[in-house]
Amino acid sequence: MLELKNISKKYKQFSLKEINLRVENGDYFVLLGNSGSGKSLLLELIAGLIQPKEGEIYLNGDNLTKKPIQKRQIGLVFQDFALFPHKTVQENILYALNVSGEGNTEKKAKLNDIAVRMNIQHLLNRMPGTLSGGESQRVALARTLVKKPKVLLLDEPLSSLDVQLRSGLRALLKEINKKGQTIIHVTHDYDEAIALGKKVAVIDDGKIIQSGTIQSVFKNPESEFVANFVGMKNFFKSILYQNKERTFAKVNGETEICLLSDDEEGEGYVMIRDEDILIYDKRPESSAMNNFEGIVKEAIPARLGMEVAIQASLLFFVLITHESYERMELEQGKKVWISFKASAVRFLKT
Amino acid sequence: MKYSLFQNITILFSGLIVLFIIAPLFSMFIQTGKSEFLEIIVDEDVLNSIWLTLSTAFMTTIIFAFLSIPFAYLMARNDFPFKGVLQGIIDLPVVIPHSAAGIALLGFVSRDSALGKFANIFGLDFIGSSLGIGIAMAFVSLPFFVNAARDGFYNVPRRLEQAAYTLGASPFRTFITISLPLAWRNILSGFIMMFARGMSEFGAVVIVAYHPMITPVLIYEYFGAFGLKYARPVSVIFVTISLLVFIILRSLSKDRDIVRA
Repeated sequence: MLELKNISKKYKQFSLKEINLRVENGDYFVLLGNSGSGKSLLLELIAGLIQPKEGEIYLNGDNLTKKPIQKRQIGLVFQDFALFPHKTVQENILYALNVSGEGNTEKKAKLNDIAVRMNIQHLLNRMPGTLSGGESQRVALARTLVKKPKVLLLDEPLSSLDVQLRSGLRALLKEINKKGQTIIHVTHDYDEAIALGKKVAVIDDGKIIQSGTIQSVFKNPESEFVANFVGMKNFFKSILYQNKERTFAKVNGETEICLLSDDEEGEGYVMIRDEDILIYDKRPESSAMNNFEGIVKEAIPARLGMEVAIQASLLFFVLITHESYERMELEQGKKVWISFKASAVRFLKT
Repeated sequence: MKYSLFQNITILFSGLIVLFIIAPLFSMFIQTGKSEFLEIIVDEDVLNSIWLTLSTAFMTTIIFAFLSIPFAYLMARNDFPFKGVLQGIIDLPVVIPHSAAGIALLGFVSRDSALGKFANIFGLDFIGSSLGIGIAMAFVSLPFFVNAARDGFYNVPRRLEQAAYTLGASPFRTFITISLPLAWRNILSGFIMMFARGMSEFGAVVIVAYHPMITPVLIYEYFGAFGLKYARPVSVIFVTISLLVFIILRSLSKDRDIVRA
C-alpha cells in the first residue's frame, strides 16, 4: 500500500497542500485534475524527483520520504516518454537491468518477456527517434516495467496518442493492472478515469477535493468543482448487450437503456446528461427510444434552472428551466414520464 | 531569376567579406615559390616547431578539456549566486589582450612564484618549456571548450537524466551514460575550437616561452630575421596543416552525430 500523509510542497508556480492519499496494492488509481492542478508534481514527489516540504510517503509501511529515487522501486513513465535518443529500443530497456547488474541470460530472458508482453519484439533494434507515439509509449512502459516496480506511475499516458491508438493502450494498461501491478495514473480526461480507474482522486489547486471509487465520485460530487469537472448524476454501472440489431445497457439487471454504440458487449458505465432528458405529463409519442414512468422525488434549484430528481426504475436527474418547472407543476410525488434519445446516451467500456 | 536591389546588396557584401578572408591566404599561397617551399619543408627547425605546436596544443586540450567537463556540467545544470560573475570570469581570456595574458601568466608561473618553486621541486620548469607553452595555450583557449560543453549539457533534456534515476542509475552513471553521450557533439566541437585556438596562439606563448619555438613564434622569428620571403613558406605549411587537422577533426565530429528524439 502506498500512503501519502500530509504532503505539502511549493515548486515554481505550483503548490501542493496537505495531500493525504492511500493506494492499495493492485489498485488502478486515477489522479484527475486540470493542467496546473499539481497532479504531475504529486507524481514527481512520489517518484522522488523532488522532496516534499512537509509530510511523509510510505510504501508497504516503509518510509520513502528521504529515500533516494534509485531505491524507491517506483517506476515512472513520463508524458513525453523520455526514451534515451542515443540508445536503441533494446538498450533503453536493458538500461534498468544493467544498472542492477544482472546476468546476461537473465537479462535476455527478461527483455524477451517484456518485449512480448508489450508487443514490441519487432522494434528492438530501432532508434527511439524513428518510433511512432504509440510505439514509444509501449517502449517506455517496457523499460519501466522490466524492473518490476512496486508502483507504476503514469503521467498523462494517453494524451499524446491518436484516438485510434488510445483504446489499444487502455487495454494494455488494464491488462498490466490485472496482473497485479499497482498503477497511479495522472490525467485531465475523465473518460480515461472512468475507462481505467478503480478509484479516483480529483485534484484542484494543489488539494485533493474528493476521492473514492469511480462511481461514488462521479455520481456524488461533493463540491461544485467536482460536479462541474466530472459531475454526471445520471451515471450507472451497466452491461452492454446487443438484441435484434439494437444496443442496450442493462442497469441493475433490470432497467434497459437503448443507446448507440459500436463497443463490444461487456461492462461499463452509461451516462446521460441531465439537460438531455425531457419530462412529460403522459407517455410521449416521439422518436426517443428511452421512455420511463416515475414520480418526482424532489426539485432543487441549480445554478441554471431547476434540477428535478425523478424516481423511475432508476433515479434520474433532469435539468429544466424555472418556467417549465412552474408550468408543469412538478411538485413532489407527481407522476411523470421522462424521455431521452438513444443518441443522448454515452457508454464508456471498462 | 531576378534579384531585388536588397538581395544584390546582400550578395555583394557577403562576397566582399568572404574575399577579405580568402584573398590574403590565397595570395600567400600563390606568391610562395616552389623552390622556397621545398627548401623550407625539409628545414628541421620548421618541422620540429610544427610537431611541437600540434602535440602541445593537442595534449593541453585533452588535459584541460577533461578537467573542465565537470565545471561545464555544473554551469549548465545548476543555478547559484554569482553564476553570471563566474561566467564572466570564464570569458575573460577571450577579451583581454593575449600579450597581457602572457604577462599575467609569466608572473604566476615564473621561477620565483609559489607555483614555479613548487614545480621546481619535481624538476619542472614552466618558463621556456613545452609546459609553459601548454599553460599559455590553455589560458587563452579554455573558454571555447567550457562554453561549448556547457551548451551541450544544457541542451540535454533534464527529463532524460530523471528517467535514468527512476530506472535506478546513480548520478555518476547517469552522467556517463546519458548526459555525456548526448552532449558529445558539442564537447567535440568545443575540443576542436580549443585545439585550433591553442595551436594558433602567439601573444601569450611568446611571453611565457619564446623557446622552444612553436610555429607562430617561428614565423615571427623568420620574418624578423630573414624577412617576408622566408616567413611565407612556413606560414603556408602551417596554414595547410592547420586546415587539414581542422577538416579531419570536423569530419570525425560529424560521424559521431546521433539521432535526436
